[in-house]
Amino acid sequence: MKKPILTLAAAVISASFSLPALSAGGGDVILRQEEWSFSGPFGTFNKASMQRGFQAYKEVCAGCHSMNYIAFRNLADLGYNEAEIKAIAAEYEVEDGPNDEGEMFMRNGIPADRIPAPYPNELAARAANNGAYPPDLSLIVKARANGADYLYSLLTSYEDAPAGTVVPEGMYYNAAYSGHMIAMPQPLYGDDVEYADGADTSMDAVAKDLVNFMAWAAEPALEERKRMGVAVMIFLVLLSGLSFGAMRFIWADVKKAEA
Amino acid sequence: MSANQFKNPVVRWIDHRLPIFSFLNHEATEYPTPKNLNYFWNFGSLAGISLVIMIITGIVLSMNYTAHVDYAFDSVERIMRDVNHGWLLRYIHMNGASFFFIVVFIHIFRGLYYGSYKAPRELLWMLGVVILLLMMATAFMGYVLPWGQMSFWGATVITNLFSALPFVGEGIVTWLWGGFSVDNPTLNRFFSLHYLLPFVIVGVVILHLVALHRFGSNNPLGIDTRGPQDTIPFHPYYTIKDFFGLSVFLTFFAAAVFFFPNFMGHPDNYIPANALQTPAHIVPEWYFLPFYAILRAVPDKLGGVLAMFGAIAVLFILPWLDSSPVRSGRFRPIFKIFFWVFFADCLVLGYIGAMPAEGIYVVIGRVATVWYFLHFLLILPILSVAETPRPLPQSISTPIFGGAGAMAGAAAAPKRKVE
Amino acid sequence: MAALKTKKAAPAADQKSRRDFIVVATYSMGAVGAGAFAWPLIDQMNPAADTLALASIEVDVSKIAEGQSITLKWRGKPVFIRHRTKTEIDEALRDDALNMRDPQVDSDRVQKPEYLVVLGVCTHLGCVPLGQKVGEVRGEYDGWFCPCHGSHYDSSGRIRKGPAPTNLEIPPYAFLSDEVIKIG
Repeated sequence: MKKPILTLAAAVISASFSLPALSAGGGDVILRQEEWSFSGPFGTFNKASMQRGFQAYKEVCAGCHSMNYIAFRNLADLGYNEAEIKAIAAEYEVEDGPNDEGEMFMRNGIPADRIPAPYPNELAARAANNGAYPPDLSLIVKARANGADYLYSLLTSYEDAPAGTVVPEGMYYNAAYSGHMIAMPQPLYGDDVEYADGADTSMDAVAKDLVNFMAWAAEPALEERKRMGVAVMIFLVLLSGLSFGAMRFIWADVKKAEA
Repeated sequence: MSANQFKNPVVRWIDHRLPIFSFLNHEATEYPTPKNLNYFWNFGSLAGISLVIMIITGIVLSMNYTAHVDYAFDSVERIMRDVNHGWLLRYIHMNGASFFFIVVFIHIFRGLYYGSYKAPRELLWMLGVVILLLMMATAFMGYVLPWGQMSFWGATVITNLFSALPFVGEGIVTWLWGGFSVDNPTLNRFFSLHYLLPFVIVGVVILHLVALHRFGSNNPLGIDTRGPQDTIPFHPYYTIKDFFGLSVFLTFFAAAVFFFPNFMGHPDNYIPANALQTPAHIVPEWYFLPFYAILRAVPDKLGGVLAMFGAIAVLFILPWLDSSPVRSGRFRPIFKIFFWVFFADCLVLGYIGAMPAEGIYVVIGRVATVWYFLHFLLILPILSVAETPRPLPQSISTPIFGGAGAMAGAAAAPKRKVE
Repeated sequence: MAALKTKKAAPAADQKSRRDFIVVATYSMGAVGAGAFAWPLIDQMNPAADTLALASIEVDVSKIAEGQSITLKWRGKPVFIRHRTKTEIDEALRDDALNMRDPQVDSDRVQKPEYLVVLGVCTHLGCVPLGQKVGEVRGEYDGWFCPCHGSHYDSSGRIRKGPAPTNLEIPPYAFLSDEVIKIG
């Protein structure tokens, strides 16, 4: 009896786990694999790197890419205190209103505001970028297969097109992008930002900072989830063991009668 | 069965007027159950618990969800970021759908292997197929609600299936959409139905249980119980066994929810729906993949749709396609081989459903689809007459094999005497 | 004979109590788990993080001219901030000694005499009183007048006439600086 159980269980498990992975793969690129601090069952975010990533986002990406789901108050997760968050928010102007005259007006940001988008809508964003739409980055790590590695690879894989490949006007060659032709110009060259903590500002290091920041932005509850997960797993494994013991006790007379 | 079996006077008073306690005692405690059920029989109760988990998490999620094309995606993100424990509830609901299907598929294959669909349990089986259909409809509509790219394009593709129907197809699709494309009216009605159908499922599950309790559970030997020596009361034996099974199930479930919550999802659904751009690979959720493969295997639009629905419809008539009097595959050597071939065939169909419809995949998909139908329409009827089953034991508690006792399963007696 | 019996029965009883213990422990642990799972289901109905983020607001009061009021929305309700004139402050102080329905001195109702911060909800049945805009009825005591059932509030927001039982409520607030008030 044991055999069909195991076969069936193994088959179902492998089927359920391999199929989406296969379908999610897709594409003609090989990604650079990186060890991220947030992967694995005990993974946590690297706060210092996230703060640097946020700075790099502001200075390099925010001109074109929005982060619509991130409010300034969320930056507490990066290790900023209330006063720092207030100061960051106040650097931004956000639209509010209508006021008593029915007019929209600009005011300084407060922690409850979300990071203002660079363009008022998708059409304006396209118009300013040769028809290409710079996607919102708040969910980008979850919205791409192997998002963290993908983003890291994309940011660091701009190169000269191989001989014979024609790169159209307004497009750039990127080895990590499906089809290799990407409308986004190379964002990082190395030393694009100056970090207050004196951290490495090479292209590679800044790309990693950005990935750390965006991985958090896509899944801010990740640390809480994994922490709770460990506790729940311990509880359930204990419960399984205990209930197995209880089952053996209760079934003892039936098994004895059979033996 | 006397009303005076309860010591507590309040319980006795109520039970005399509303025999709810006798009913529960009879159906959930005393209920005589074959004593030889293996772990595959855990999956019925697991399916029931999965349904309850889905309904509970679904109700609380709906308190925070907005069914409008402009707000749906944002409201789901708000659940993930701002609502207290919202991420947990959504990940349970999201992965719960997958686990519900895993459990139900195992439950179905168990029924197929041990002949649980055979007389006198044909209606029990058919009600189960109705539940499967309702689950598929519910899961499909639920997947539309976050209003991501896969939601939108999944809804578009699946609703367009109905356009294959001659004459009325286009009209039906427009009616389903409430417009000329998948849009706000579609989202609203899908939300309404996604909330309603689980309760319809509960109703059919109750019927499923009534039918089950009429003749009691089948068992791995597939022979009828012959009296009290073959059965044990449901409580405490199967309550604790189901509880143990539930603990193990929840362990796997929690592993997915807490450590791989998006593994069975698709990244494109974290991109808001865009009616002007279809994702490069659109794939249904994994539990629809075998049916999706059957749909694509037929090169004709209407034919594909009919084949896909036929793949489920054939389950309804299964009790009459397989007329072998022996229930359990354990005593049917040739059936057993074909069962596992069929099982592999379903996995192949699932794999093909995830692959692009090109080259060798199309060929494999067609062969696997043909085999799916051959299994039910040709192989099972032939085996019913051609196969010589192994001798059946005389009873569950007597492991003595009684000659050519192939008829042992034929005369099932109702579990309960008519009162 | 009796001694023999207990000796024989002991291991069986022991076995039974161990069995009962583990069964009860199992189901109790299950009940604890179910209880823990109930918490997220309940907690999701509490105010979410984005709602809580707006539970306190900061206002720059330096822009309110003397004699003017502003109305803010705070936690879904109106908050009145009035920059009181010298006359209004004097009226409020003068009436401190009078016998009122809900006796309270003006100094207990303000942190800085110039700025009165009250919840703009009539304590009778929850209407929003008039008196914020220039030219609106302010009632007989130079404060606010509730049009629903005719409650009159004075320039300290105290109930002076009409059916309302208590003074206008003071929301929790603090001066972060001379100009900025944090409400909530």
